[in-house]
Amino acid sequence: MPPRRSRRVAALLAASLVAAAACGDDGPDPEAAAPRASSSLRGTLVVLAASSLDPALGAVAARFEAAHDGVAVELGFDGSSTLATQIVEGAPGDVFASADEANLTRVRDAGLAGPAVPFATNELVIVVPTGNPAGVRDLHDLTRPGLRVALCGPEVPCGRYAGLAFDRARVAGPVASAEPNVRAVLTKVALGEADAGIAYATDALGDAAVDAIDLPTELQVPVTYHVGVLQDAPNPAAATSFAAFLTGPAAQAILRDAGFGPP
Amino acid sequence: MTRHRALPLALGLLGGLGLLVLVVLPVAALAVRAPWSDLEDLLGDRTNREALRLSLVVSLWALAASVLVGFPIAWLLARVEFPGRAFVRALITLPMVVPPVVGGVALLVAFGRRGLVGQWLDQWFDVRLAYTTTAAVLAATFVSLPFFVVTVESALRAADRRPEDAARTLGARPGTVLWRVTLPGVRGAIGAGAALAWARALGEFGATITFAGSFEGRTQTMPLAISKALERDVESAILLSLGLLAVAVVVLVALRERWWGRARWGR
Repeated sequence: MPPRRSRRVAALLAASLVAAAACGDDGPDPEAAAPRASSSLRGTLVVLAASSLDPALGAVAARFEAAHDGVAVELGFDGSSTLATQIVEGAPGDVFASADEANLTRVRDAGLAGPAVPFATNELVIVVPTGNPAGVRDLHDLTRPGLRVALCGPEVPCGRYAGLAFDRARVAGPVASAEPNVRAVLTKVALGEADAGIAYATDALGDAAVDAIDLPTELQVPVTYHVGVLQDAPNPAAATSFAAFLTGPAAQAILRDAGFGPP
Repeated sequence: MTRHRALPLALGLLGGLGLLVLVVLPVAALAVRAPWSDLEDLLGDRTNREALRLSLVVSLWALAASVLVGFPIAWLLARVEFPGRAFVRALITLPMVVPPVVGGVALLVAFGRRGLVGQWLDQWFDVRLAYTTTAAVLAATFVSLPFFVVTVESALRAADRRPEDAARTLGARPGTVLWRVTLPGVRGAIGAGAALAWARALGEFGATITFAGSFEGRTQTMPLAISKALERDVESAILLSLGLLAVAVVVLVALRERWWGRARWGR
């Protein structure tokens, strides 16, 4: 009986519509909807940031919002290389915080970002599942046959830094999965799908499912985060203010608490 | 009903094993691993709620676009003889066979800021589609349109033409025939096509992440949120997966007579 069936389908779709409408009602945050006047900045600020800045940058954004009541910060985290490509291809955003200078330079070369300002540093560590079941001790061990290793892809900052560390150790980099961002490396290791990986010290700090093995100082690669205001920023005033805020004392204290070093 | 008569045991075992490994076990694992006790927290989580809202908005827009554009295409393919009809029919099913990520790249090089069309949209109208909610809708429509067209077209072709002829003989204008006779005749197929297209739009991932990215509240629909959640919070990923699974089950149940009954559409 086609009529009955189609009515059921129609009911199903109608139910979803109602659900969508219901969800839409409580969409925007009440705080964002009711700006209080204490700063001239207004509107949404879209910050595209390296995965390793999650969740520290969330705390920084919250502090920024507290100082500028009219601004709602929207954070988009992913590998810096992915974000750079998306920005170049037209992704809307106000600020780009990259885990290196190279990916910000790529955006600058396309004429789409202002000067790159360093605002934090980090260190590489070897991450292993808690308890280190594979008994990994150093970079040499990562090339052990049969060991499953997760690294960022070579275009992602954490992958490029890892490659530099292997060069310094005079070890040929291991055959490894090429993850799109450092979070994916941590997940693989935390789930035990990989025996080891290379991530940032800050990532390992907040993750109970992984242990970190420090690299000796002579193998450390300088990891410097850079921020740039995007050329087509829909909210240039807030963008400039946020970029400056990142290097200021309040944001720096939050980043220091999360384990990041000074620029 | 002779479907199950004398089904060879070996085939039954092989099929059963496949069903068990590929469907039953993975789905059961989702249910077993589901964080039932944290349900409320996870449902209340802003990211998850945003993803749910966006999924509904994007998939329903994609459905509307698929129906609006899809019906004329289906009608033309079924009722009008024109040169290259077979080619157009193949073209419309292309998104069904092409990997979604390829669709995403295609959309990006067409409508991205530096794309074939996108650069002019940017220069002339200051319109940038890529990485917006509109881009997510475009990506979802790209993959779901053929499901609607194929379903409705085969119903139109299979439909009895005599009532239309009769209406025309009695003096009804073409528009009236279409609205009063043709459409009611394929109502069931339109519903089924819409449900299939909607389900496909809801599950869309590859074209979306390529053309629209994964930005919370803007383009991060449920499938994208699941993939993102796997990078941080596996429990959320499991819960969201179960949510999409439940929707799929609802769609299947709604269509059950179509799949299992004496279906009249699509031969």
